[in-house]
Amino acid sequence: MKKIKTIIRKEWAEVFKNRMVIFTVAFLPLLLIAIPLGVLYGMHTTTPATSSTNALPDEMTKSMCPSGLNASDCMQVFLVSEFMMLFMLVPVAIPVTIAAYSIVGEKTTRSLEPLLATPITTAELLMGKCLAAIIPAVLATYAAFGIFALGSWIILANKILLTALLDLRWLIAIFVVGPLIAILAVTFSLMVSSRVNDPRAAEQISMVVILPVLAGFFGQVAGIFVLNARLIIIVAVIMLALDTVMLFLTTHVFQREQILTRWK
Amino acid sequence: MIHTDNLAKKFGAIQAVENLSLDVAEGEVFGFLGPNGAGKTTTVRMLTSLIGPTSGSATVAGFRVGQQDTEIRRTVGVLTETPGMYDNLSAEYNLRIFAELQEVRDVTGQVEKYLKMLGLWERRFDAAGTFSKGMKQKLAIARALLHEPRILFLDEPTAALDPEAAHLVRDFISELKKEGRTIFLCTHNLDEADRLCDRIGVFKTRLLVVDSPANLRASVFGRKVVFHLRLADEGMAHSVQKLPFVREVKVVENKLIVTLEDPESHNPDILRLLVKAGADIQFVGELRHSLEEVYLQLVQKA
Repeated sequence: MKKIKTIIRKEWAEVFKNRMVIFTVAFLPLLLIAIPLGVLYGMHTTTPATSSTNALPDEMTKSMCPSGLNASDCMQVFLVSEFMMLFMLVPVAIPVTIAAYSIVGEKTTRSLEPLLATPITTAELLMGKCLAAIIPAVLATYAAFGIFALGSWIILANKILLTALLDLRWLIAIFVVGPLIAILAVTFSLMVSSRVNDPRAAEQISMVVILPVLAGFFGQVAGIFVLNARLIIIVAVIMLALDTVMLFLTTHVFQREQILTRWK
Repeated sequence: MIHTDNLAKKFGAIQAVENLSLDVAEGEVFGFLGPNGAGKTTTVRMLTSLIGPTSGSATVAGFRVGQQDTEIRRTVGVLTETPGMYDNLSAEYNLRIFAELQEVRDVTGQVEKYLKMLGLWERRFDAAGTFSKGMKQKLAIARALLHEPRILFLDEPTAALDPEAAHLVRDFISELKKEGRTIFLCTHNLDEADRLCDRIGVFKTRLLVVDSPANLRASVFGRKVVFHLRLADEGMAHSVQKLPFVREVKVVENKLIVTLEDPESHNPDILRLLVKAGADIQFVGELRHSLEEVYLQLVQKA
């Protein structure tokens, strides 16, 4: 455990000196907070209370609009929910950026061999690198969601509307699916890192993990499906299974000898 | 301290190391010489448990390679071919990380000790990336020593250093030798190997020869003694050639260059013969072949 902590501290000391990483970690969550809060503020102050919910699918109005909300509130819930899906980009983009720099960085500085010559085990090394990428991502996601919740509470006077916005499905999404998706992003980045030599290439290829999140966003916007608590729990279970497989594959792919002889 | 028995490593169809059998004693400085691509780094990686052998066996400090790898990594210090520092981090933090990973008890004390010993204390808060090559190499040596390893593997420790930095590093290796540490030194610098090593192994995928620098010279070129005369002639050379222990005699200007097995025993006989023949002997010395000549002879034959 002590060695894992050492790796995490080392990763953070190094990675957070990189402007690109700091930009991604700080800017993306801020952007994703500003957009839904802006929409919420704009709608709350300008939309007439009689706006129609005809534009929304029936299933959506049923699942999103508890009794007591008028059509305008339902529209606000719908629109903000669309943007909430984009919150899931935070636990993907941040670890991918960190992992891409921290792992490919070892290659470019040739610091991996001295590191592997210490008594650290491969599992400890990978665990340290994974956690160094996952922890800031999860914390940034939680912080972003917390700021969003606080902003919503300030903007909205309607308690029912606030409850509808910050319901169980988003709590599961942020607090359960978020870390799981971060693990998936990091393990995928680790695998990509073994094949490329440039941090930017690693980051760009690893960003493929964002596609399912974007598919979820556009799927919901197009009305193909409605993200409810049940669907999010199913997604969480799938993520858990994928993470287990990816962690297994990563620890098996990253054998010391392969790392040293193939990471060129 | 280091023992290998038919150690071999194959990467696909490429045989990187072939049947290496070797013993390095405690406190010995062993020079491992060979051309680029000879398999020196692969051998070091096997002996430091970074990669596994394809066949054969090895023990380092009594621990078996492939079975007690963590113990080996705790016991040895490795200076890799490139310093591999974290350039954005300070010199002190670079060492601190490795001291913690090497399970050093007094991290602060050991880091301070080696930063001071290698003359880097004043620059301890500077990023390693701002260091010169020589300073980085010194920092890498400090990193290899933090846990006080009994065995050190040094891969090209003076490569790419200017003469002054290389001299400092060599002096430091001499100090480590005096402390009784076992040093496995991979180098292209034959003068360095000649000065520092007790024994040398010439390697090109397989071990060609192992011996002390002096014995290597003797076995490859024989020992040569130069007799400087006021006037040397072919008659004197013929007389000397007739002696049973003399292998070869050459006359170069006014010098007789005599190749023989045991100069300490036979030089007096040659001197007596030359004096009897009326030669005026100015002085006598041994002709030393450079280790480079020995190395080239061995590697080209292989």
